[in-house]
Amino acid sequence: MTEREKIFARIREALTVQAPLPGHHGEPGHHPSFKGAPSTQAREWLPPTGDSFADQLARFRANAADLKATFYLANNRDELAKLLLELRDVEGWKKVASHGGELTDAACKTLGLPVCRTDQKFDVNELEGCDAGITECDALVAQTGSVLVTNRSAGGRALSVLPVHHVVIARREQLLRDLPAAFELLKKKYAGNYPSMISFITGPSRTGDIERILVLGAHGPKKLTIFCI
Amino acid sequence: MSSPFQQFKEQAEVLTHDLRHRDIIQNAMRKYEVVRDKTRGAFQDYRAARQAAAETKWEALNHLDKYLEQFTKNLEARGTQVHWATTGEQARDIILGIIRAKKARSIVKSKAMTSEEIHLNHALEHEGFEVVESDLGEFIVQLRKETPYHIVFPAMHLTRGDIQELFNRELKSNSTDNPEELTMVARRVLRQKYIHADIGFTGANFAIAETGMVSITENEGNARLTAALPKTMITLLGIEKILPRLEDLALFLPLLATSGTGQALTGYNTMYGGPRQPDETDGPEEWHVVLLDNRRTELLADPEQRDALHCIRCGACLNVCPIFRNVGGHTYGTTYSGPIGSVITPHLRGLQDWKHLSFSSSLCGACSETCPVKIDLAHHLLQNRRNSVQQKASFWWKTGFKMFSFIFNRPALYKLIAPFGRIGQKLHPLVKGTKLDPAYSWTKTREAPKIAPQSFKEYWHERKTK
Repeated sequence: MTEREKIFARIREALTVQAPLPGHHGEPGHHPSFKGAPSTQAREWLPPTGDSFADQLARFRANAADLKATFYLANNRDELAKLLLELRDVEGWKKVASHGGELTDAACKTLGLPVCRTDQKFDVNELEGCDAGITECDALVAQTGSVLVTNRSAGGRALSVLPVHHVVIARREQLLRDLPAAFELLKKKYAGNYPSMISFITGPSRTGDIERILVLGAHGPKKLTIFCI
Repeated sequence: MSSPFQQFKEQAEVLTHDLRHRDIIQNAMRKYEVVRDKTRGAFQDYRAARQAAAETKWEALNHLDKYLEQFTKNLEARGTQVHWATTGEQARDIILGIIRAKKARSIVKSKAMTSEEIHLNHALEHEGFEVVESDLGEFIVQLRKETPYHIVFPAMHLTRGDIQELFNRELKSNSTDNPEELTMVARRVLRQKYIHADIGFTGANFAIAETGMVSITENEGNARLTAALPKTMITLLGIEKILPRLEDLALFLPLLATSGTGQALTGYNTMYGGPRQPDETDGPEEWHVVLLDNRRTELLADPEQRDALHCIRCGACLNVCPIFRNVGGHTYGTTYSGPIGSVITPHLRGLQDWKHLSFSSSLCGACSETCPVKIDLAHHLLQNRRNSVQQKASFWWKTGFKMFSFIFNRPALYKLIAPFGRIGQKLHPLVKGTKLDPAYSWTKTREAPKIAPQSFKEYWHERKTK
């Protein structure tokens, strides 16, 4: 018998005896009845987000500010280009990293800097030395202020986490209301062929391991800037 | 070597009197409580969310065979290599085998309590490999050659001054005690480790059966880097981490964050479904997932306490526990401390050796109250007490209760307790506070209540005869 078979045998043996449902000391009939899978109703329990685009945008903006991420809403491509150039000059960028994509290609062209492309073969040390990693994303989540990326949508695994500054460029129709909506999107977009990495990025890298005092940039980006067009 | 019970008693005695320790812990917990309450309050219906989470985990654990099969089948379909270990030793051997086969020298680790459970670092270092913990708190306790103080905040017991001194000594840094500066020291050291490590090692928070994914929750980005840069990735997780569906995470990720740190969502929540795929340009070439039993199936076989396997290791029960706050995390002498540790350690490491943890509880129920998956911790502590006595009662325990039932079944004897007690209490000052005092363990820190000069029965009798 392999170890796998032994473990399965022990599990099946253990499960021949029923365990009481949780939360009511074994007394039946006290729990609310959930329709289908218990977690499909999560939207009704999680923090509210508002129904309109304006509500959700306001929610995202407030969450981003709490998380110490920077959020810009650009009204058109020219405005986005202007904001990007400003950021380049204020921070003195010399080299950026990015991946192929309609928005990222346009951004790289605007910046006019050398680019390390992570959707081709690249050197990790080179990526580490870049001043910013510029990526697209799958969605923005209003409820939590998160950016949803996958290694397919955002240039691999390292690009959104190794450079010191992560810059995200999103379209406004990518703003989703809440986490259940984000998982619906993932299923619709990728079911049957999921990317090997899916990540909800909620603010810049942070730690509270020293006296629970917030420090940004523990290992990943010290800054997270989100442009929405 | 003294027994776990002796060690617990001795360390608890020291730490409950350590005012500096108390200040540090109270300070950390106060900050936690404020943000946790605010985040919980933002839920539209926190109670329903909690009940649903408990039922989702119930469903997963009570069909564990089905979901584990689905999980591993989906993982293997995308090129991940799955390994099974009944014991910690087997898990260590599997991991060492992979590392040797890769001719690797250095390993960078993100936080994994399961690896603490099987004492992996010790085994790896013993074999001459370089192991670096990358989570800041874990990195700090590793430098101090300690185990994590708390499952979520490993370095909770240290001040910035302690950490400054540690870094200046061990890393030859020249930092002030500013937390930001200290964090940057660690960042500089660890960046290089990621880039040069041969193996990236991670734990896991959830295992998604439906899609064959492992979900990792972290704030620092260290797990993201660990799973991105080294050529080989190894993930160790307990078989109980299963969730049935991908969308269950929409509920579990916010609950874990709320209970664990008081955040609405943790910084990085990442789902991994395989090693680097043919169309991808980075990520590990090989991914090994090691599934660990280590007596979890024994806990599964106890339907009364099976729900202890629902635990998502958020640490909320530690944070609210008056025992944890007073005796501290290291005193437990276990991988998992606090109420959940007191409940599961007897199952994982033997009831008779670890039953004392279930007795050191005030039974206030704060742990059951706060648990986001509604594990009935306070009752499980009582059940452990009951089981330990049923299995093997001590001589004094049996004698005590025999005397109790003997006296309480005989009214004539029972009547004598109060008069004898009054005489005893008069003589008590002669020995009070000394080791001769039979009530020493009570009176060394407390005053005994005075026995009333007259019992109610005596009073009633006297009143009637007047």
